[in-house]
Amino acid sequence: MTHEPYNKKAASDIVASFGARPEMLVQILHAFVDRFAWISEDAIRQLAAELNLSRADVHGVVSYYHDFRTEAPGKHIVKICEAEACQAMGSRTLSAYASASLGGEDVTLEPVYCLGNCACSPAIMVDGKTYGRVSSERFDEIMASLGESG
Amino acid sequence: MATRVYVPRETAAVSVGADDVAIAIARCAKENGESIELVRNGSWGATWLEPLVEVLVDDKRIAYGNVAAGDVPALFDAGFLRGREHKSRLGAINEIPYLINQDRWTFWRCGLVEPLNMDDFRVHQGFKAFEKAVGMGADKVIEAVKTSGLRGRGGAGFPAGIKWQTVADAEGEQKYIACNADEGDSGTFSDRILMEGDPLGLIEGMMIAGFAVGATRGYIYLRSEYPLTHSILSRAIDTARDAGWLGQNIQDSGFDFDVELHLGAGSYVCGEETAMLESLEGKQGIVRYKPPLPAHEGLFGAPTVVNNVVTLASVANIMNLGGEKYASFGVDRSKGTLAFQLAGNIKRGGLVEKGFGITLRELIEDWGGGTASGRPVKAVQVGGPLGAYIPVEQLDTPLDYEAFIGIGAMVGHGGIVVFDDTANMAQQARFAMEFCAIESCGKCTPCRIGSTRGVEVIDRMIKGTERETNYDLLVELCDTMEDASLCAMGGMTPFPVRSVLKYFAEDFASAVGADQ
Repeated sequence: MTHEPYNKKAASDIVASFGARPEMLVQILHAFVDRFAWISEDAIRQLAAELNLSRADVHGVVSYYHDFRTEAPGKHIVKICEAEACQAMGSRTLSAYASASLGGEDVTLEPVYCLGNCACSPAIMVDGKTYGRVSSERFDEIMASLGESG
Repeated sequence: MATRVYVPRETAAVSVGADDVAIAIARCAKENGESIELVRNGSWGATWLEPLVEVLVDDKRIAYGNVAAGDVPALFDAGFLRGREHKSRLGAINEIPYLINQDRWTFWRCGLVEPLNMDDFRVHQGFKAFEKAVGMGADKVIEAVKTSGLRGRGGAGFPAGIKWQTVADAEGEQKYIACNADEGDSGTFSDRILMEGDPLGLIEGMMIAGFAVGATRGYIYLRSEYPLTHSILSRAIDTARDAGWLGQNIQDSGFDFDVELHLGAGSYVCGEETAMLESLEGKQGIVRYKPPLPAHEGLFGAPTVVNNVVTLASVANIMNLGGEKYASFGVDRSKGTLAFQLAGNIKRGGLVEKGFGITLRELIEDWGGGTASGRPVKAVQVGGPLGAYIPVEQLDTPLDYEAFIGIGAMVGHGGIVVFDDTANMAQQARFAMEFCAIESCGKCTPCRIGSTRGVEVIDRMIKGTERETNYDLLVELCDTMEDASLCAMGGMTPFPVRSVLKYFAEDFASAVGADQ
């Protein structure tokens, strides 16, 4: 995943591409995360101004949804499904393994509650790609393959 | 002539290597001088066999299951392009018992067609139902949906025809169709399989709904955890628009309809219809008070049909084959079919579309083949994180909305999550409360505070601190959450908790961290 630092011009273009419609705020925030990786205080200020919303409104939406992170993530984002179907197939063990094996690496590790891959549990998502039937060995292989591709 | 080879582009198949298999097949074909046409279909739903590759030989689609990219050279050597023997060969796809013993009403095109190919869709009845609906007129469309007995497949099970009638009768210049594709329940993936395997079929269902109630705009609210679905669905909308099946005066019918795709943002409660509408309006996904019902005041205050993906997609064949035919499946007040999803610790997980009335045991044993671990089944959670944990003694309960309510459980969206005997159910009860605490929208106190207190009480029970007093406290807390929460999030979180208290109480003493 390649992201660029937040800049006002690119952000303005995104807002304009949604017609600066305030009801598109959730969609605009997705586009911000796709482009800049996270939502900064400056971005919130700019969104409020360009969508004619209060900063509190925008902040409320940003903080409400899990997808809109307000800090820069690591180089890779690893989400491990910790919902029931994956729990039934050992996701708690996998999570513990992942957090031990990724210690010290520039990786953001977080839980997710269902990737809809429940017949291939346990499931994980790495940089937006879903993997199923993930044993600890397969987890290591997936992480190693990221290293190869850069 | 080029040999046609099918490799699914569907999240589960891709998650276990289908893209790599497709690449390997293309490369091997080139190296061997074979001419192939690679089709990326949707999944048939036999997820346990993924990646499931098919080769068209003499009008038969010969299936090969659990194919890995590394197997591909050997498959070519074995002559799989001519349907020859190999250890992964399963025979013709339409002879696989898991698939042919289903009642495929809504999912019949999934796996069969190339999802984004308009010609293929048209050859397979595509838009025939819409044309028929336009010919029938709006009133008769609604009548057919009522006759079918179709109930909302998102989980609540409200009769779809009555909802449509309410919106049709409501006053309003602008009305909307809002498709709920926020499939957040663990153990469910039927919406996803449909949207990836037959996205145009969903669009057709929305068009019929729009025509019936007089709505010209449709929204699909898709969860962000489904990026591949998002890409397929957005291309399907463009495909339909380019071919003149969305937009102004569709195919000279005089009917205008268009669809906009919105992404959720990781909030479970946005699957609740009013929270979803708030989110579609760009706001925090906080539950609204009802009334007013969305059918009267929904999206942007306008009359709105909120239906689940499967509900809308089921309507096409109700037009084609008639409401009576649909109602001939199922039992009592649970008419028609449901796409059951076998998940968790199960040997043959996947999607099974069957008429209501089949038992849990039939699904888990006959289709599912028991647990993946080979150990005995301990509990089955049906209907997502708000569904009860059902003990093995109740596996003969028929899947039917009312029968499940009768045992304190719910059918919901049809997800079936199997746990083997290594599971500790006290831990699962704790998770139910913890999940509610994480996902609560925060509007009502019983859900927001009750869930956190619930985790604490369960922790004390596990530790062995005044277990009986805390048991009583937990029951009382469940009563409060059930009676006083605004929506199903807080109101039904007690279901899994109570089922653990009732059937698996001994697990509190054996949970990790228990002081015995």
